[in-house]
Amino acid sequence: MTEIFVLAEHRQGQIRDITFEMLTKGKELAEKTNTDLTAVLLGKDVKEHAKTISEYAKKVFLVEDAKLENFNSEAYQKVLSNLTKEHKPLLTMIGHTSFGVDLAPSLAAALKLPLATDCIDLAFEGETLVITRQMYGGKVNVKAKVRKSESYIVTVRQAAFAAQKPNISGETMEVSSPLTEETTEKRFIEYVSPPPGGVDITAAEVLVGIGRGIKDESNMPMVEELAKALGGVLACSRPIVDKGWLSTDRQVGSSGKTVKPKLYIALGISGAFQHVLGMKNSDLIIAVNKDSNAPIFSFADYGVVDDLFKIAPALKDKIQELKG
Amino acid sequence: MEVWHSRRKESLDIIVCVKHVPETAEAEIKIDATGKAIEKTGLVFDINEWDDYALEEAVRIKEKSGGTVTAITVGPEDTDSTLRKCLARGADKAMRLTDPKFQGSDSYAIAKILQSTIKGLSFDLILTGALAGDDGYTMVGPILAELLGIQHATMVKKIEFDDGVAKVNRELEGGLEEKTEVKMPAVLSIQTGINEPRYVSIMGIRKAMKKEIKVLGLADIGLSESEVGETGSWIKVEKIFVPPAEKQAEFIKGSPEEVTTKIAEILKSRGLI
Repeated sequence: MTEIFVLAEHRQGQIRDITFEMLTKGKELAEKTNTDLTAVLLGKDVKEHAKTISEYAKKVFLVEDAKLENFNSEAYQKVLSNLTKEHKPLLTMIGHTSFGVDLAPSLAAALKLPLATDCIDLAFEGETLVITRQMYGGKVNVKAKVRKSESYIVTVRQAAFAAQKPNISGETMEVSSPLTEETTEKRFIEYVSPPPGGVDITAAEVLVGIGRGIKDESNMPMVEELAKALGGVLACSRPIVDKGWLSTDRQVGSSGKTVKPKLYIALGISGAFQHVLGMKNSDLIIAVNKDSNAPIFSFADYGVVDDLFKIAPALKDKIQELKG
Repeated sequence: MEVWHSRRKESLDIIVCVKHVPETAEAEIKIDATGKAIEKTGLVFDINEWDDYALEEAVRIKEKSGGTVTAITVGPEDTDSTLRKCLARGADKAMRLTDPKFQGSDSYAIAKILQSTIKGLSFDLILTGALAGDDGYTMVGPILAELLGIQHATMVKKIEFDDGVAKVNRELEGGLEEKTEVKMPAVLSIQTGINEPRYVSIMGIRKAMKKEIKVLGLADIGLSESEVGETGSWIKVEKIFVPPAEKQAEFIKGSPEEVTTKIAEILKSRGLI
């Protein structure tokens, strides 16, 4: 009987959510394909993590080595290559995270195994892996077949599957590290925290989130005034920070902050997954976008299909009028 | 010899892999008759946003340390406009890899096409975008590195050089970054926001029109037909469709006055104003 591998992801002493999400989906796939679910945990002094993860998988392969203390694709790839060659898992699941995207493609190329990235759903049709993923910033979904193989590798999108704790008490098996010499070509140096910003958007009750639709920096005062009228602050999606119109501490999404304000007004934000992940649990979401098919309308409570340059100033006036 | 060596080490020959993609962030998308692709007519094509930052980073490195920048793309003739933009922005050379047999290539096949070309070139560094705005596979850079037998780093937000290594900041989740050292030559996949891509002047574009774009096909790069296109790919698209909505927003319609009155009512009922 073969197995399904889930690569556990952890950082700075914390197991990351994606690990449990993949273990939950992995368990379902293992049941359907009559295989075993095996978590693969790499690190240094992570026996506590192994204990936690063993409640989600039948088996945990634990590889401990000082060289695995921090994520390093070169070291991770050597260990995973060995495990994959030895056990020939039907499927290896890796998070579509910053760690995962640094590891999975080169691992797949080295092992000559097909890889499908950023999957939001997975199923086996016979022996063929069929995946669902998104294209064009989440505007369309794609169903695709992965080239037939004895062993597949996928990266899985964060929050695509809800984690559920099963009733399992798995067995941890310590595997000796195959890393013999110091990895020489790639070396982790340190974590770099973002500079503390002036505004904590996670504490704000009202956020006006702006995106690409803002078009020009000269339109910033107009949205700032709206935020001010609402007693809130400005937040944004990635392009606004990339352009330097707002600082990094205002960014909402997977690479920025996760927020849960009482009100989130999304102006000119199309609603790519990376942004939505950071704001979809807001109490009330109102979105203004010119494109009626923009994905943001699948997450908003209320939607306005119109030009934000008409709606935002009118809303500011209306609120000021009501406030007297 | 000493002098040549030190000068050689400082200047860098950089290859930038770019993709010509439709701009869809603010465009309405329609699925075409095949059900496997989107309707391309009416969409504006340009350099992939991530590649734009990669190109700018390469040109900045060249301006600081000397060396050359070569832009490479895979695609038919209309992708020349993206290469012209690269030349106008400071690339010295441009290459386009094209062949009817490349049709249907996924990121894996594209990485093989790039590798078979690049292995014959002299370079110190290869830059790619971290991902492409159309298919978002996020894999060409690290696969290319593996096929070339060199190291890589993805999601790169900052690059510094130090004695044969690139020290990069990689973007992690939640605003955190990691500093990692990679031995050169290496492939670095660039995240947006690493720099501010420059504006291209009309003059620059005119000058770039005169520069040669080297065009190579399947036979020139020494790959077999089975290694490219659909047969050389990992992923085969079966169908594309509009994502099923988790929920659907209640649309507020009317004039800006009517719309904002309704919004104000909603906010008031929730005690938000």
